[in-house]
Amino acid sequence: MTIFGFRLPGMSSLLLWGLVWEIVGRLGITFFVPPLSAVFATLFEIIGTPAFLKALSETAYAFGVGVTAAIAIGVPTGILMGRSRLLDELLLPWVNIFLSAPLTALVPVLMVLFGFGMTSIIITTALFAIWIIILNARAGVMQINRSLVEMARCFGASPLAAFTKIYFWSALPEILSGVRIGVIRAVKGVIIGQLLISIVGFGALFELYSANFLMTHFWAVLIVLFAMAFSISELLAYLERRVSYYAAKR
Amino acid sequence: MPSRSFLLKMLSLAIVFGAWEIAGRVPVSYAFPTFLESMRALALLAIDGTLFTAYAETLRPLALGVLISAILGIALGLWIGLSARFDWLFSPIFVVMQSAPLAALIPLLVMAYGIGLTSKVFVVCIMAMPVIVLNTASAVRNTPSSLTEMARSFLGSRLDVILKVIIPAASPVIFSGLRLGISAGFIGAILSELKITPTGVGDIITYSRSIADYASMYAAIFSIILLAVLFLNLLEKLELHLFRGNNRGYVTD
Amino acid sequence: MSQTRAAPRSTVPLAADIAVRTRDVSKHYGTVEALRNLSLDFPRGQLTSLLGPSGCGKTTLLKIIAGLIPATSGQIEVSGKTVTGPGPDRAFVFQDFALLPWASVLRNVAFGLELRGVARSEREAIAEKYIRDVGLAGFETSYPHQLSGGMRQRVGLARALSVNAEVLLMDEPFSAVDEQTRRKFQEDLLALVANENKTFIFVTHSIEEAVYVSDQIAILLPRPSRVSEVIRPTGIRDKGADNIRRDPEYLDIVDRIWASLRSYVE
Repeated sequence: MTIFGFRLPGMSSLLLWGLVWEIVGRLGITFFVPPLSAVFATLFEIIGTPAFLKALSETAYAFGVGVTAAIAIGVPTGILMGRSRLLDELLLPWVNIFLSAPLTALVPVLMVLFGFGMTSIIITTALFAIWIIILNARAGVMQINRSLVEMARCFGASPLAAFTKIYFWSALPEILSGVRIGVIRAVKGVIIGQLLISIVGFGALFELYSANFLMTHFWAVLIVLFAMAFSISELLAYLERRVSYYAAKR
Repeated sequence: MPSRSFLLKMLSLAIVFGAWEIAGRVPVSYAFPTFLESMRALALLAIDGTLFTAYAETLRPLALGVLISAILGIALGLWIGLSARFDWLFSPIFVVMQSAPLAALIPLLVMAYGIGLTSKVFVVCIMAMPVIVLNTASAVRNTPSSLTEMARSFLGSRLDVILKVIIPAASPVIFSGLRLGISAGFIGAILSELKITPTGVGDIITYSRSIADYASMYAAIFSIILLAVLFLNLLEKLELHLFRGNNRGYVTD
Repeated sequence: MSQTRAAPRSTVPLAADIAVRTRDVSKHYGTVEALRNLSLDFPRGQLTSLLGPSGCGKTTLLKIIAGLIPATSGQIEVSGKTVTGPGPDRAFVFQDFALLPWASVLRNVAFGLELRGVARSEREAIAEKYIRDVGLAGFETSYPHQLSGGMRQRVGLARALSVNAEVLLMDEPFSAVDEQTRRKFQEDLLALVANENKTFIFVTHSIEEAVYVSDQIAILLPRPSRVSEVIRPTGIRDKGADNIRRDPEYLDIVDRIWASLRSYVE
């Protein structure tokens, strides 16, 4: 939007909403919305505390391991599905099922199988991320321009060279966009896992704050989480744009 | 003779359920019932009616939440898509919501609205709304400009352009936004039953876990996933049927 | 190069009835100058082509005449009335057809009348007549995705004809159809110009097409766009559709236009 010929940057309205939040908080309309300034004051207070750092590092660990596993298993699986029709027909129904299934329902199963700990959270995170990564890697491989493949064969490329020099790069924009969506889902997965298995990471912190009605603490943690999730997704979107400049021109 | 793709689907089902059965017989864990035990438990739950009363309970916040999100979300999305000012004002909120782990709001909602239906409806709404709003807005924004130019050049009023061109052109994407919203709503509904208060299917899951009746627990989880997947697939089929050819026909194929 | 230099062989119509007149039309997009001081007359009942390399602002000029985009400065008159926006005196045929994919052929053709508030039975009767005229009888209930590209553009043409505007604005209407369909379209267009007393403004990037169908060809050159030349292939107009392409004058004009455009093609 432009005002007086000056173009306002895309996310600048969030400042306005922050102001609205501050005013609502100052008016004391509801106990649940403390002023934004108080939330930020608490934020700086707790951000260095051991409890917060422990929650953050536990979450980052679960998230990192889960996402790495999802990518390490998902991308090769997707590429193989794109190359082999038999494998594709065997696996695709399941990928589609788990893509739309409410995976939250599986968390209790993970809890009884793997215990109330880190393992269950990591698996939850990976489960949230992996299906879209598989599906996009598969789509990326399947829509490689036929004439590129034929060009490689005409110029006598070995299968390995064709794979590393053509298939991978051609599918890269789709693979990356799958990874981006997968990572966003993983953020949700790691939090859902921690909420249901609420003795680790931010899940434990939320329990603590809500049991003691520490509203500013609660909001401070929420802001950190939301800001990190948003930054991760924007960063990945930026990387994707850097790579996918050629995707449109195929 | 059945087609190859159908046979492979059956084979795929048989492999997975067979693996489940074998893993349950080994057993890989005391908490891992076999496939057949779980199916027997599912049949029992269905026969004594527990399953159906549970679903009546579970689907209520889901249906209410989805309905509210659909009405509010489409209206907001249309508004955002049509007005640059509203786009600036509201889009960032939904963009942040889309990437944020909104589940973290649940403890707060419970504090504010208690552990009843209201909180659960709220959870479904915050999960389902962002994708509905963003899909609607981007569909409206991406109406092919030649169609709106066409309507303007034939003297269509602003209202004509919106009602006769923009909304019909956007409806396939709006519909798929609704489908994604319902999918997220399922996550929200189950999450709220597991996190807030165990009711409905969440109650079967929690209760049978507490008495170590793992077959019933797996049966309930199996049934909710099956229901969600079937319903969403049905919506996808409906979508393909309703909007057949809608995305073609602008330029030569 | 001089602006609007009269071509040696063209004859400016005496006391011509001018349907559309543009006066010093300029268009800027930010700092980019798309059109500069463009002045051009479009005689009534004739077909004028806007021809030029891509990026020369042909479509911009056409959309300014249609009232779809405003000019930065200058004036457009249609039958003496200044253009301020889309009007009932002009109808547009789109390059990508701009058909409603969810509407039948009948509704698509009648859509222009629908937007003008014509009652359903009346507008459908008119639409049916034009569907027959463009050769699509029997396809009234089909949907755009069931038609070939050429048939889709016939729907777009029928829609433009059915609102009975005096000026028909055609934006590269045949560029998305195959070569053979295109030839048929060009022949039909000649018949249309002869039979309907309408003014046609026709954007194309095909030299042969422009010479084949036009009473007057305005050659536009890019950066910034201006009219470099107006050619009137009068000698070949009454030779009949089948003989034009063999006529030496046709070939001469095609050659001459190519000679003046070739330096602008990258």
